[in-house]
Amino acid sequence: MSRPESSPTDVSISLSAISAARTNEKDPDISDLPIKVSVRNLNFYYGSNQVLFDNSIDIPANRVTAIIGPSGCGKSTHIRVYNRIYELYREHRAEGEVLIDQTNVLSPSTGVLELRKRVGMIFQKPSPFPMSVFENVAYGLRVHYRLSRSEVAGRVESALRRAALWEEVKDKMEESATALSGGQQQRLCIARAIAIEPEIVLMDEPCSAIDPIATAKIEDLIGELQEKYTIVLVTHNMQQAARVSDFTAFFYQGRIVEFGPTRQLFTNPKGKQTEDYITGRFG
Amino acid sequence: MKARSLRSRRLVDRAVKALSVSSALVGLVALGWILYEVVKRGIGAFNLDFFTKAATPPGVSGGGIANALVGTLLMTGLATIIAAPLGVLAGVFLAEFGRRSRLAAAARFASNALIGVPSIIVGLFVYGLLVVTTGGFSGYAGAAALAMIMLPIVARTAEDMLNLVPDSLRESALALGAPRWRTTLGVVFRAAKSGMLTGVLLAIARISGETAPLLFTALNSPYWSRSLAEPTPNLTVTIFNYAMSPYHEWQRMAWGASLLITAGVLVITVSARALLRGNR
Repeated sequence: MSRPESSPTDVSISLSAISAARTNEKDPDISDLPIKVSVRNLNFYYGSNQVLFDNSIDIPANRVTAIIGPSGCGKSTHIRVYNRIYELYREHRAEGEVLIDQTNVLSPSTGVLELRKRVGMIFQKPSPFPMSVFENVAYGLRVHYRLSRSEVAGRVESALRRAALWEEVKDKMEESATALSGGQQQRLCIARAIAIEPEIVLMDEPCSAIDPIATAKIEDLIGELQEKYTIVLVTHNMQQAARVSDFTAFFYQGRIVEFGPTRQLFTNPKGKQTEDYITGRFG
Repeated sequence: MKARSLRSRRLVDRAVKALSVSSALVGLVALGWILYEVVKRGIGAFNLDFFTKAATPPGVSGGGIANALVGTLLMTGLATIIAAPLGVLAGVFLAEFGRRSRLAAAARFASNALIGVPSIIVGLFVYGLLVVTTGGFSGYAGAAALAMIMLPIVARTAEDMLNLVPDSLRESALALGAPRWRTTLGVVFRAAKSGMLTGVLLAIARISGETAPLLFTALNSPYWSRSLAEPTPNLTVTIFNYAMSPYHEWQRMAWGASLLITAGVLVITVSARALLRGNR
């Protein structure tokens, strides 16, 4: 994956550089791809305040789909429906359908624990549990499986390797995870999420709290992870969306304004709002 | 517009500073004074007999407060065994499962009210509940009264400490498919454990100095307690009785027992603070 060198403020230049670098690639056609998540007429409310309006979108399997849009447009809220994590708050309410492999996860018959095993999530702020590095990654494994000690150790190592963190922490497995750097903590959270072999990984602005070098590592990681997982990446960083995603959805005021192949959306946006946003006229 | 004089503003500034510093000093001096008096008058009572023997009648030398110390430790221990788990569980309900429910709001209000109830009222309540019905004063009734004072303190500190744990941690555990109870016990408790332990310690410190609730429940006794079903000797009521007595020897013992309690509470409080700081 190419990563052009440019200042973060220079959005238009870097975006055209990205599209130039990608001109030899063909735009993926979504109709050829198997769909992993199919959202139909999703409405979401905080109490009586509606924040998502008739969201419908098809997320292709084993691709990175980015969700962009200005702050408060409902990006995070949208993906927080996929694993029903919003249910922690009693005044939050979702209506509509989120079909994962043709099953509506919002129906009461869907077991939420099983759902969350299939749909992992990475949060904005790295959130290591207050325990050792090893126990952090083993946590989900112990929740879902009965494993021998050696099996746990093997799976923990494999998850840390896939999260490109093993070399950095292999000698600190028993140390507190909170002592790691922010970037390491976030990769630890990714290892923790993929240790239980989810099918989908939701990432809610995973790089917004960490430095550029750590961000680069996580972006590389996202590129590798998509072979195995379907990734939905919420980001406020358009260059990041352009760098790592295959498809991009633009959210504005709780609605999905535009959705298409990333290159097409950035170089040839159909909507006026999309164009204004990606050229930095608002947001 | 006329500018206020620089001098008068500086004067007001100094006056406010002086007032606040002297107010802080009043508290510090009071504490220092109490400690000084208690140590000065109490240290003389400390000897081997004081810590190993039971009370003696006035005029007979060589008595101690060991029976009262044991009684206090037993009742405080029993009260802690009852109130700490109940209080922590109540805190878990208030902070985790109940949160904004009506039941939680009612329980929170009741806890706050209970914290403010004078301890003598708690003593009288338990007197009516356990002493009158069982026909006698007992250590169990004393422990029940102490537990009742402890319960709301533990519940509210546990709730506060759990509320300090960021929701991002709960979400992270839930997002891995962990059920709510496992998230609470395995992750949230770990993050809040030193704070909750501090709350329990401070509640123990609080009840170990209570006299009024024991006056009507455990009463007191000059003998070693053979069972908590009988009137149980304890330090605070012993201090109360000895200090009011005309006997010099008993008054000396009262000072000694006061020093013992003060030192104990100080140790508990300081270790609670150290525990909290060590985890930051």
